[in-house]
Amino acid sequence: MAEKAEKTKQSTVAAKAGESTSQKTMSSQAQGILYRVAGPVVVARNMPAKMYDVVRVGNERLMGEVIQIVGDKVVIQVYEDTSGLKPGEPVFNTGKPLSVELGPGLLTSIYDGIQRPLPVLQKEQGDYIFRGLDAPGLDPKKKWEFKVTAKKGGKVEGGDVLGEVEETPGIIHRIMVPPGTSGKIAELKSGKYTVDEVIGTLDDGTELKLKQIWPVRKARPVLKKLNPTIPLITGQRIFDSLFPVAKGGVAAIPGPFGAGKTVTQQTLAKWCDADIIVYVGCGERGNEMTEVLTEFPELTDPKSGKPLMNRTILIANTSNMPVAAREASVYTGVTLAEYYRDMGYSVAMMADSTSRWAEAMREISSRLEEMPGEEGYPAYLATRLAQFYERAGRVQPLSGEKEGSVTIIGAVSPPGGDFSEPVTQNTLRVTKTFWALDAKLAQRRHFPSINWLTSYSLYLDTLEPWYAEHVNKDYRGLVNEFMSLLQEEEKLLQIVQLVGSDALPEKEQLTLEVSRLIREFFLQQSAFHEVDTYCELQKTRRIMKTILMYRDLGQDALGKGMRIQKILEVKAKNEIVNSKFEKNYDALLDAVEKNLQQEFAALG
Amino acid sequence: MKEYKTITRIAGPLLFVEKTDAVGYGDIVSIALESGETKTGQVLDTSDDLVVVQVFEGTSGIGRGAKVRFLGETLKLGVSEEMLGRVFNGAGKPIDGKAPIIPEKKADIIGAAINPFSRASPHDFIQTGVSTIDATNTLVRGQKLPIFSGSGLPHNEIALQIARQAKVLGEGEQFVVVFAAMGITNEEAQYFIQDFQKTGALSRAIVFLNLADDPAVERLVTPRMALTAAEYIAFEKGYHVLVILTDMTNYCESLREIGAAREEVPGRRGYPGYMYTDLAQIYERAGVIKGKKGSITQIPILTMVGDDITHPIPDLTGYITEGQIVLSRELHRKGIYPPVDVLPSLSRLMNLGIGPKRTRDDHKAVSDQLYAGYAEGRDLRGLVAIVGEEALSARDKRLLKFAEAFEKRFVTQKRDEDRAILDTLGLGWNLFSPIPPEELTRLSPDLKKKYYQPSS
Repeated sequence: MAEKAEKTKQSTVAAKAGESTSQKTMSSQAQGILYRVAGPVVVARNMPAKMYDVVRVGNERLMGEVIQIVGDKVVIQVYEDTSGLKPGEPVFNTGKPLSVELGPGLLTSIYDGIQRPLPVLQKEQGDYIFRGLDAPGLDPKKKWEFKVTAKKGGKVEGGDVLGEVEETPGIIHRIMVPPGTSGKIAELKSGKYTVDEVIGTLDDGTELKLKQIWPVRKARPVLKKLNPTIPLITGQRIFDSLFPVAKGGVAAIPGPFGAGKTVTQQTLAKWCDADIIVYVGCGERGNEMTEVLTEFPELTDPKSGKPLMNRTILIANTSNMPVAAREASVYTGVTLAEYYRDMGYSVAMMADSTSRWAEAMREISSRLEEMPGEEGYPAYLATRLAQFYERAGRVQPLSGEKEGSVTIIGAVSPPGGDFSEPVTQNTLRVTKTFWALDAKLAQRRHFPSINWLTSYSLYLDTLEPWYAEHVNKDYRGLVNEFMSLLQEEEKLLQIVQLVGSDALPEKEQLTLEVSRLIREFFLQQSAFHEVDTYCELQKTRRIMKTILMYRDLGQDALGKGMRIQKILEVKAKNEIVNSKFEKNYDALLDAVEKNLQQEFAALG
Repeated sequence: MKEYKTITRIAGPLLFVEKTDAVGYGDIVSIALESGETKTGQVLDTSDDLVVVQVFEGTSGIGRGAKVRFLGETLKLGVSEEMLGRVFNGAGKPIDGKAPIIPEKKADIIGAAINPFSRASPHDFIQTGVSTIDATNTLVRGQKLPIFSGSGLPHNEIALQIARQAKVLGEGEQFVVVFAAMGITNEEAQYFIQDFQKTGALSRAIVFLNLADDPAVERLVTPRMALTAAEYIAFEKGYHVLVILTDMTNYCESLREIGAAREEVPGRRGYPGYMYTDLAQIYERAGVIKGKKGSITQIPILTMVGDDITHPIPDLTGYITEGQIVLSRELHRKGIYPPVDVLPSLSRLMNLGIGPKRTRDDHKAVSDQLYAGYAEGRDLRGLVAIVGEEALSARDKRLLKFAEAFEKRFVTQKRDEDRAILDTLGLGWNLFSPIPPEELTRLSPDLKKKYYQPSS
């Protein structure tokens, strides 16, 4: 409990700052005078301000954020177009950091980078996004059916669950006490409420609502970070076997343009066993974002049979939307993810692409005339990336009840496909799973086009006990065998290019054949085939076993003096491929294994 | 309106004016020279102490005695349907000697971003009549597909051929062409205009010309003028618009020039750090909007400096646009027109525009097979140089021939040859004929049964 108390204290400051007032509500605040305007960065004078305070700039009240304080001058990045702004116009400081509204209604929403719902913007302004428009992140009119679960008179602290709202069919939104608040429940009633209505009070008079506010640049507090020991099951053989990511882990997908980043992200969003998906399109192409916005609402969740959107939040900030909002969008996304984590859900956040985010940082940094680091990126690039990825994790939330997790899967778009550039390199330093997309594999139509030689996962060891318990003790062993076979193949292929495959010793020729089976029958997976699109862990293991059985039988036969040609001609091995497309794979592979044994027995 | 005579510094294209009243960022400035001439500029930086103005027509002739007036509004373009068939300079003033435009409305040239939620997914196949685009890098309506070229390559001819031939199958309607020239030579500009006149396309075109000897700063507004006109014609008047922007490299050079004049901290290769956002604000003004009839399709042209595709200009462009058409000097030297190198070329929206209902059931497979065969054939050329053709297997020899035939028969076409998509696909199957069907692994057995004919 001592630990909990301490954590709570730490978080009080942040929570108080965001308490019950949104950054979007205007009240009378400290006022400054606009001094200089040059693009999205403006300077105000005579204004008391703290770093990262949200300010309203000019007569149109454009939203901005304090990013530098020099003497009596305050440098502000503005989230909207600044044309027409004049020196002398007023600047209002809200005194609060950039925050988001958290509460029921987040799921199924489509937001821009600063949590303005795009459909609402469309309704109010038409097809273009003009400036100076406010739209609350949560629908203030919608009534939610709230059911109390906490006891009246009970003592509660930040993170404790007060009650529940069924947010979308099947998904329970737990209403929690905001971090930093505690007391005895004086009043709490079930009923229909909007997010702004008071659902109850604490004995010190604190009002409780369905909604809470949280500053996006600050990680939400937790009781304890746990080790990531549970895999995020993706249903994709290559991820679930060779390169797993843990729930609460981070994975990076770098790839040149055209290698299939977006398809991979979408397949993961569809199939991974996270409860909630947050998809951030950061600096993406408008037309591609449209594909996501039109396709996601049509997808059905294969597990529940309900629309996938029911457990999804989309954040879309295209490349031509204001650069400062792009910079904020990943923070907005991860804050929403943390909020659902605190309810005890496992959340997967996809960020596409973090390179665009880094580019936004570079742009703002150069406007501030900061000394540039490598390739013009600010010197703090590495720190910012690390801080962001550190918000992933498997945790025990403040309530101490159900554990939750945030897994971050970040796409990286290296210029010219060159992995040595700063964003990729700094990302690799903090992510533990690396899925290297390979344009050559994509051109050869090998999907998913993940290069098995350059990709890696550092979670293999921590996840081993889980696989041993939930799949089979031999799982890790099989994975290791596969890895070393693929490594071996790479070496052998270099020799083959020089001397041809016939010149190889027979044992090596068998290795080549086995690795071909691995590549074609195991690693390749069709996202478009109704059965093959999702492969359960037991099936993944079973295919691995059967391929290795052929290898073992082949090696035995070679040992007995059999010719390699005969072993390569064994027919049963080619049937393994059919198991990919077969629901009843066990029976099929039983038959294959029996045939393999018979054929080898017949050989000699 | 107040006039100021407080210019303190003139450097490159910039004026520095002091002791002004509050001036709005981005406001238009009128500068009266001592000679009586007036120039136009725009506010780049404004503060209590100092206002920085970029002068579109260049600062030559401006002295400290010039009078500066701030007009209190941002740069706008008067737009009207009458603009069709007219020629304007890079700042939007008519230069064809005809009557001035009576605007139906004044539109801010810094276009607002389209709400992603309002966009419709582009999926109408555009037949350009160029096989390497239609079959392997399909253009769809609402896409932005740049041509990455090099100096001396025939990108202008290709752009013109596309502009002439582009149509959506089943719709008679031709595209309206909005053409923006930035820093190209007078000769190149004449080439475009004469072609438009010859084919009668000029009556359905809007031309903005900023030539090589026009002020560089003006180049920064030219594409925005063109896109503002395009947006009006497309989304308010319901036309399908094809915007050709040439040459984006000159545009970026101007951006760098202004950045340097303002003494900004430079980014990669001296280009300003905000170049990505700046380019995005141009390229992203393409698309289709739900419930609106018109559309904007963009073909920006850029010459790669030193044929280097990793140079910041093509690199940043490639991350914003939906693919690229890459021209190859090697093919051009071989005398192949259009010298499109399909391997690094890509259309990201291709799959939305092709298939059974849009083009034909075999389109994707034929494209994949052409890619795979040509890629392997080209690799083999390197091998042949080392070991000689005799050392190759029969399969490799076939692939080598295939790559040759692909360049000579599929890529190559005449400058006025408008190949229908079905002919293009047929040509593809023709090239597959000498190859035994079992080696055509990208084509499904069904498709082979339907279309494949072995050569005798």
